[in-house]
Amino acid sequence: MRRTGVTLVVAVAVVAAGIALAGLRVNPYVYFAGYVILQYVVIATAWNILGGYAGYVNFGTPAFFAMGAYTAVVLIQSMKAPLPVLILAGGLVSALLGLGIGYLTLRLRGTFFSIATLALSVVLQTVIINWEYVGGSRGLSVIRPSEPPFGSYVTFLFTVMVGLAVIAVLVARFIEQSWIGRGLAALRDNEEAAECMGVPTLRLKLFATTVSGFLLGVAGAPFPYYVTFVEPNSAFALDYAVNALAMPMIGGTTSWVGPVLGAVLLGSAQQLATVTISSELNLLIVGVVLVAFVVVAPEGILGLVRRLRRR
Amino acid sequence: MAAALLEVQGVVKRFGGFTALNRVTLQVKAGERFGLIGPNGSGKTTLINCISGSLHADEGRILFDGRDVTTLSAHRRTRLGIARSFQIPKPFTSMTVRENLGIPLEYAGHARAHAEAAEVTDILRDIGLDAKAHLRPAGLTQIEMRKLELARAMAARPKLLISDEAMAGLSSAEVDDILAILFRLNAQGITIIMIEHIMRAVMRFSERIVVLDAGERIAEGPPDAIVRNPAVEKAYLGE
Repeated sequence: MRRTGVTLVVAVAVVAAGIALAGLRVNPYVYFAGYVILQYVVIATAWNILGGYAGYVNFGTPAFFAMGAYTAVVLIQSMKAPLPVLILAGGLVSALLGLGIGYLTLRLRGTFFSIATLALSVVLQTVIINWEYVGGSRGLSVIRPSEPPFGSYVTFLFTVMVGLAVIAVLVARFIEQSWIGRGLAALRDNEEAAECMGVPTLRLKLFATTVSGFLLGVAGAPFPYYVTFVEPNSAFALDYAVNALAMPMIGGTTSWVGPVLGAVLLGSAQQLATVTISSELNLLIVGVVLVAFVVVAPEGILGLVRRLRRR
Repeated sequence: MAAALLEVQGVVKRFGGFTALNRVTLQVKAGERFGLIGPNGSGKTTLINCISGSLHADEGRILFDGRDVTTLSAHRRTRLGIARSFQIPKPFTSMTVRENLGIPLEYAGHARAHAEAAEVTDILRDIGLDAKAHLRPAGLTQIEMRKLELARAMAARPKLLISDEAMAGLSSAEVDDILAILFRLNAQGITIIMIEHIMRAVMRFSERIVVLDAGERIAEGPPDAIVRNPAVEKAYLGE
């Protein structure tokens, strides 16, 4: 119980720090870049619930992220729904997508599951490209609500993303430390043995795809207001698939700390490279770092730290 | 006479055109030490998979403790009291020995307890793994790995324990070690099905034996009768 109290204090402190930073009104680029990094904290944390805890590698992150974004687009187009509604709805639609895909594909193991999720992303992108109401392949301009708090809308979105990142991490941490997390770890290690030891493997996997999908959708829902112009190529960008996988792998997949570490480090490096060198270098950095980690530290930074401590 | 704890009634299992089990029927009484033998490929493990729920029978019924479990998933059957060990050990590799036992205890042991529970300590001491509780499975020897399989199955608090070749590849002294554990568990009231190729062990352990060959039940009886049975001899040695 005391640990829960400490966690909540830390969570509130992080949110407060985010709001304080927003209040400072430093260089606007800080919020602009900070938003992207925090968005990756949510994405990496969400991915890790299925990919890290349960061991099911999802290549379809863009599908879930874009479902959140396009759900928001539809709600903005049709009724100018407020941001909290967009986030909740985006999350729910992606959660349903996760549940459905989980039901259809979780009987597939290993590589086959990954290929199926990759296909999902391609199929959904095709659907969006052919859907005129949300802009089709040309894309669609979204007008931000006027008079945002903190002076600019991006600064406001930054604080929202701080909150979402904290929620995502709390959810992941709760799952990890509960009986659900222990069951997921068992089925990751050996699914047949887990089932024979009383673990309801199918139900736990469906839970993981649903929660993971929900958080990915939540990450995508504010996206239209952030970019103000949504088009399929940016919403379904390969970057999301690669980063979602690389960040937890680099940080370490067995604990909630790993994706946070990976997202902050890799996300910051990408933002720096975008400004100082070129925006095309992003994925190259991820690729090189990921290969280095797979070779040198397959259990990520967390595994590395653990190994050094044991010496 | 004790009632049947497990009843397998006319179970058929096919893989494509191959019939792995052909109308197999058998009964295991509560508290019994039951042996299941047969040459390689005779369907022993398939039958065990059908009983534990890893596979579902194409035809026939499986009753456990008076309840039809034919269509239940494996984890539901474990909760009802069927636990098994695997022929090739399948430990949870990212967890310590203690945490390995925590999973069945938490999910099937009706205790809402987990790895730190005294129950885990008791089981580990019974089986002789208490000194290794903090190790990962990768640090265990072959026999310790087999013991972990049995210990983990025990943590599910089963009424029926299925031991699938727990002794294959072990030395003679180690076989005796595992046998002693199984005898102790049986004395505590747990019904045990032993699948084994080491005849010395099955013959000593079992009160009753069923022999499978090519998916069919070819013999049943006490060990001494099985040894003298010409059909069994033929199945193992040929004409």
